[in-house]
Amino acid sequence: MDTKTKISLRNLNFFYGKNHALKNINLDIPSNHVTAFIGPSGCGKSTLLRTLNRMYDLYPGQRAEGQIILDDQDILDKSTDLNKLRARVGMVFQKPTPFPMSIYDNIAFGIKLYDSPSRSELDDRVEWALKKAALWNEVKDILNQSGYSLSGGQQQRLCIARGIAVKPEVLLLDEPASALDPISTARIEELIHELKADYTIIIVTHSMQQAARVSDFTAYMYLGEMVEFGKTDMVFTNPAKKETEDYITGKFG
Amino acid sequence: MFSIYKRRRLINQFNLLIAALSMALGLLALGWILWTLLSFGLHGVSLDMFTKNTPPPGSQGGLLNAIVGSFLMTMIGTLIGTPIGILAGTYLAEFGQRGWLAPTTRFINDILLSAPSIVIGLFIYSTVVMTSRHFSGWAGSLALALLVIPVVVRTTENMLRLVPNTLREAAAALGAPQWKIVTMITWRASKAGMMTGILLAIARISGETAPLLFTALNNQFWSTNMNAPIANLPVVIFQMAMSPYEDWHDLAWAGALLITVTVLGLSILARVLFRQEKTSH
Repeated sequence: MDTKTKISLRNLNFFYGKNHALKNINLDIPSNHVTAFIGPSGCGKSTLLRTLNRMYDLYPGQRAEGQIILDDQDILDKSTDLNKLRARVGMVFQKPTPFPMSIYDNIAFGIKLYDSPSRSELDDRVEWALKKAALWNEVKDILNQSGYSLSGGQQQRLCIARGIAVKPEVLLLDEPASALDPISTARIEELIHELKADYTIIIVTHSMQQAARVSDFTAYMYLGEMVEFGKTDMVFTNPAKKETEDYITGKFG
Repeated sequence: MFSIYKRRRLINQFNLLIAALSMALGLLALGWILWTLLSFGLHGVSLDMFTKNTPPPGSQGGLLNAIVGSFLMTMIGTLIGTPIGILAGTYLAEFGQRGWLAPTTRFINDILLSAPSIVIGLFIYSTVVMTSRHFSGWAGSLALALLVIPVVVRTTENMLRLVPNTLREAAAALGAPQWKIVTMITWRASKAGMMTGILLAIARISGETAPLLFTALNNQFWSTNMNAPIANLPVVIFQMAMSPYEDWHDLAWAGALLITVTVLGLSILARVLFRQEKTSH
C-alpha cells in the first residue's frame, strides 16, 4: 500500500469492566481514504471506533490498553488533552443528534469552542460547512429554526456539517445511515465520497453493500479480533480468510 | 381456546372497573375539597382582602399584610433554594458517576424530601431563631428554602437524566469541555422540566404552615421587615380558623381559597410549560 498512514493501532485491547471486548488489534488506517469496519453485531467494531476519539472515557469502568498513534502521538497517553483530540477526530452517530438550538447555532457551537471568529467569519464558516454537507440549499432560509424541525436525513447531514465545521482531520461515522431511508442514505454516501479528499474517514456499517460502495479499505472483525484488513476490492472479491468469505457471502452473520 | 379468551376478557373488564372506581373516588375527594373551599371561601372574598391588613377580632379587615409576607418569604426561599438545588441536581446527574459522594448526597436528599416540614421548622428554630433570639422573616425564608432544595434537586436530576447520552457524546465529540456540555446542551435540553420542578417547589412551599410557625411566627400589622416577625397566609389561616370570631372564619376560608387557587395556577402553568417544550422538540 502506497498510502500514508493516519492512525496506527498497536496491540490495542479494550475492556468493559472485566469484559475483554477488543483483543490485540493491530491496524494502519490510511490517510484521506475511507476505511470501513464490518462484522456481525457485538464484534467490537463500534467499540473500536469509540477508542479512536476516546469517547469511552465518558464512562467509568471502560479502559483501553496498547497504543493508538495519531500522527506520531499516542492518544492513549495520559497527557492527551481529550477535548483537543476530539476536535481533531470528529464523530457522527447512528441516530441524528441535533442540539436543542437553531440550525445555525448547531454549527456555530463547535466552531466557537476553539475559534472566536467575527460574526461575518462565523456566517461564512456555517455556510461553508452546510454546503460541504450538501444541506445549504435546503436550510439557507430557515437557519433560525430549531434543528429538530428537519427530517431525519437532514438532521444527519446537519450533524455531519457540525462535525466538519470544527475542521477535524479524521471523521468517525458510526452507522451514519442505518436510521435513514434509501434516498437519504445515498446522499450521505455521496457526501462520504466527496469528503475523503480532505478527511480521513472511518465508517462502521452493518451493510456490506454500503461498505463495498463507499470504502477504499475494509476491516472485517469478529468477536473482538481483527480477522482481515485490506483494500475493499480484495476483501470483497478475494478474501484471504475463510471466515471473511463466509460472512461476506452470507453463509453466516 | 374460547374459554381462556373469555376469562381474560372478564378479568380485564373487572380490573378496568376497579381502576375506574378508584379514580372516581380520588376525584370525588378532590372535588369535595374544592367545592367546600369555594362555597365557604367565596363568601369572604372581597376587594378588602387585598387592600386591608388583618383586623382585630370582631372588625372588618383583609389579608394584605399576610399576602405580602407570604409572597416575600416564598420569593426569598425560592431564590435561595433554587440555585443550590439546580447545582446539586446537576452534580448528581452529570458529574457524580464515580465515587461515593453522589450516592450519599442522593440518599440524604431523599430523606430531606420526605422529612416532615415541622422538623425543618424546628431545625431553623433551634439554629437561627434561638441564636438570634427573635422570630424573623429571614428565618421563615430559610425554612422554606430548605423545603425547596430537595424538590429542585430531585426534579433537576431526573430531568437531566432524561437527556439522552447520545446528545452528551455528540457535544463531547466536538471537543466541548464538560461544563460547556452541561450549561449549553443538557440544561437547555431539559429547561422546561427544570422550570416545572421550580414551579412545583414554589407550589409546595406556598401552603406550608408548620415551618413558619416557629420561624416567621406572625404579625398583626403591616411589615416588610425581614428581621422581624412577619405575617403570612398559612399561619394567619391557622390562627383565624382556631378563633371564635365569625369574621375571622370567613377571612380564613378566603385565604385558604387564595392559596389553593395560586397553587392550582402554578401547577397548570408548570404543565403548560412542560407540554409546550415537549411538542417543540
